[in-house]
Amino acid sequence: MNWLPTLIAMVVCVIIIMVRVFIGPGAPTRLVAFDTANTLVVAGLVVAAMMFNHALFVDVAIVYALFSFVMTLYVAKYIQGDKF
Amino acid sequence: MGVLNTVSYVFIGIGLFFNFVGAFGLLRFPDVYTRMHATTKCTTFGAIFLILAVIVQSAGIWASEGTLSQSVICIHSVLALVALLITNATGAHAMARAAHRSGEKPARAVVDDLEGKKND
Repeated sequence: MNWLPTLIAMVVCVIIIMVRVFIGPGAPTRLVAFDTANTLVVAGLVVAAMMFNHALFVDVAIVYALFSFVMTLYVAKYIQGDKF
Repeated sequence: MGVLNTVSYVFIGIGLFFNFVGAFGLLRFPDVYTRMHATTKCTTFGAIFLILAVIVQSAGIWASEGTLSQSVICIHSVLALVALLITNATGAHAMARAAHRSGEKPARAVVDDLEGKKND
């Protein structure tokens, strides 16, 4: 089974989302777009693990998902004006 | 393997369709709340189906050939799916709350019900 077209389509999706990251008005829109790009990168890493037949990509995807969640929470806390 | 390949192709089709719907919704909707409505649901659903396709395919290879790397990919993909499911929903709530508290208004909105009664 050939996984390369799926991975290329995921990369195209991420490029479409990065357009919104660059032109988006205001910080909350950029945060939403960046979080969406992180979700797609996690799915793309799992697909890449299947494509290269290499299990390390999935572990990287798990850690990437958890770190992107922490990034989202802290940037959201910064945007809403809380003290740290 | 024929049935598993067909199931994987169907899952990949569903996943890519919803990922593209989420990406174009992010590009086309007018304000941050509608963009969040498009992306957080559609991309989570699409990522679930893409990872399910990987799980089905690797479980099929694991059952037929018994290779070690495919078993690791199968089990760890389930863990990645659980992590994605938990973190996406929670992060979406945090982002919506932050956008509202930073003064972001919905486009063309007349009444903002989230403001509550304390202003009148």
